[in-house]
Amino acid sequence: MRRLVLILVLLAAPAWAVQPDEVLDDPALEERARDLSGGLRCPVCQNESIDESNAGISSDLRVLLRDRLKAGDSDEAAVQFLVDRYGEYILLSPPKEGANLVLWLAGPILLLLAAGVGYASVRARAAAKAPEALSDDEQARLDEIMRS
Amino acid sequence: MITELGHFALILAALVAVFQTVVPLVGAHKGWRSWMALGDPAATVQFILVGFSFAALTYAFVVSDFSLRLVFLNSHSDKPMLYKITGVWGNHEGSMLLWVLTLALFGACASWFGSNLPASLRARVLGVQALVTVAFYAFILLTSNPFLRMQVPPFDGQDLNPLLQDPGLAFHPPFLYLGYVGLSMTFSFAIAALLEGKVDAAWGRWVRPWTLAAWLFLTVGIALGSWWAYYELGWGGFWFWDPVENASFMPWLLAAALLHSAIVVEKREALKAWTILLAILAFGFSLLGTFIVRSGVLTSVHAFANDPERGVFILMIFGGFVGGALTLFAVRASAMEAKGVFSMVSRESALVANNVLLAVSAFVVFIGTLWPVFAEMVLGRVLSVGAPFFNAAFSPFFVALSLILPVGAMLAWKRGSVKKAFTPLWPVAVLAVALGALAFAMQTGRSALGPVGVALGVWVVGGAATDLWQRTGRQGLTTRLGRLTRLPRADWGKFVAHSGMGITVFAVAGLMAWEDEDIRVANIGDRWQVGIHEVELLDVYREQGPNYVATKADMAIYRNGREVGVVHPEKRIYPVADMPTTEAGIRNGVLRDVYLVIGDPQNAGGWAVRTYIKPFANWIWGGSILMAIGGLFSLSDRRLRVAAGATKRKPSPTGGVPAE
Repeated sequence: MRRLVLILVLLAAPAWAVQPDEVLDDPALEERARDLSGGLRCPVCQNESIDESNAGISSDLRVLLRDRLKAGDSDEAAVQFLVDRYGEYILLSPPKEGANLVLWLAGPILLLLAAGVGYASVRARAAAKAPEALSDDEQARLDEIMRS
Repeated sequence: MITELGHFALILAALVAVFQTVVPLVGAHKGWRSWMALGDPAATVQFILVGFSFAALTYAFVVSDFSLRLVFLNSHSDKPMLYKITGVWGNHEGSMLLWVLTLALFGACASWFGSNLPASLRARVLGVQALVTVAFYAFILLTSNPFLRMQVPPFDGQDLNPLLQDPGLAFHPPFLYLGYVGLSMTFSFAIAALLEGKVDAAWGRWVRPWTLAAWLFLTVGIALGSWWAYYELGWGGFWFWDPVENASFMPWLLAAALLHSAIVVEKREALKAWTILLAILAFGFSLLGTFIVRSGVLTSVHAFANDPERGVFILMIFGGFVGGALTLFAVRASAMEAKGVFSMVSRESALVANNVLLAVSAFVVFIGTLWPVFAEMVLGRVLSVGAPFFNAAFSPFFVALSLILPVGAMLAWKRGSVKKAFTPLWPVAVLAVALGALAFAMQTGRSALGPVGVALGVWVVGGAATDLWQRTGRQGLTTRLGRLTRLPRADWGKFVAHSGMGITVFAVAGLMAWEDEDIRVANIGDRWQVGIHEVELLDVYREQGPNYVATKADMAIYRNGREVGVVHPEKRIYPVADMPTTEAGIRNGVLRDVYLVIGDPQNAGGWAVRTYIKPFANWIWGGSILMAIGGLFSLSDRRLRVAAGATKRKPSPTGGVPAE
């Protein structure tokens, strides 16, 4: 069921992902276009890039992106051109600035924190004394389990 | 009539669950053995009642009783029997009924197979499990009742979405539910242990089979969903970092962490508090996943059941259980002092590292999934977090995990030596680097992902094999081979599951790095080269299916001029639903799939045709299935089988000491 949304979106538009007539003649330019379009979100789909999407608007965006590249825009300028018109919503990878830094740095920072806590607790274990013996009840119960 | 009986049984089951919550918990608190013992029959009765209720709903689907609203909305008299039955859970209400059925089943299993648990612990486990079930009974009966009738029964139903009538998707939800709900069992064990104020090696052993079972069901469920997406969605994607996918992936990661930390509790009586916390969080993420899928908060366009009332209800269940559990944890965690002493370099430390990486990676998925909601509500920015973010932020964790796995798995308990663990691994390390370098040399101008994947895969699989071989001692070859067959199943489980993970890591990297793609307009008779294969479009024709019209193509695949197969990609239109679907023509191979898709006819003649070469695609699911099989091996290990299922003499009265 979890893909239902994706399915519905897929089904909504009869068009296809990258069409043969959209492909640029220059393979290097086409390669750049494919790379960039993989990172741009289809504005009406749930979670698809314009490269994968079948929606009409994705086709328009793919053509628009290729037009910008043909016109000689750099990768950044071509993407910016689309972002200026459709908003940062279409970037599948949120820009690494402002509040988004929290998103990008959360993983590394938490890893450092967790590694630190892990290190400290392991060190505490290493320094700890051997535990006192189990209570008789516990020992009996444990023996019973271990025998089985 | 049967429908009303089913409805009635569901209400009765809810009442029994309330009874099962209150009586055993009070009994365990007061130390009244007769009250504690009532949890067992209650769990069985509750399971029978909700089982009857589920059977009644299934019956309504089977006989196509369209006076039932749910059947009318999701079934059709012409639908094949298999999909009439799977249609029971192919919708919100029915799937929630399956959810409580699974909850009750796990509770009943804890009672049936828990005869060696101390009475008070068992009573508390059953009580907490029933409390979770009560919340979901309330959810079903108040907001999502599957037994509602139609005032005027229509002649026929509206049918299930044709795309959901697929074997891969038919069994994907039940497996996921078994996984999600299996984690409720570890949650109940964690809460029961907090109430008891006692976590020991025995607890670690009791809780491990439930974790293993939940994890392996989740693994199968996720693999099924991913496989379905691969062959059905028409471009061979297998993982999209979609919120609903992440919803199942986060509990999987935490269950994997829990699986490993429970070993430390069982063997060494350390990491107790952390394991309890993980058990709470893993189930918390299951509930969160349910909330994400059901509420529509993250799927603004369409959703499975985007009814705000339901979303709020699930959010309350989530907040209540996780908040309550964490509060209890905060109060009681200090009582769980660790006992085992171990040094910096030891298996325990390696498992701590495993837990750090798995838990933080789950958190990365979590923050990436919820960031758009946070950004929109708090920052007022509408943005997206998609595959590029997750690939960049998540992958390093699995690279690190794969790197430390073989060494960590070989370290001795208590006090190990990296040098000693690494010595037998040298050949594997050399082989891994060499094969990675070979892959790098053979590919030109591709990303480094492929070679890294090769090296990691060889390293993990080779490391797992070395570990298993080392377990056979130091005698001659025949003695060691003989011992190999007599190793505990847990050792084999470890080997198989770790190998599976290595294979999946390799296959994902290989597929992403070495995929080939060709998009063109082809006329009948055209032949073109993609990688080492040639493809020819033989024919395109219309075909009438039972409830669809298809544009079907015959396409031949050649290798070295020799025909290796003919596939039939289709593009179907379901006129009633006005839905087009893709049926890719896939020629499965050991090393690569050739994946062909037929598109629209072009104005100038010919058809749009895509050819994908998907290297190692099957290895992704093969690796996942190996992981699940490894889990199954471990689950069938004697010590777990005995501990979980043995009927032995009644536990001594002193077995469980009440908290106060």
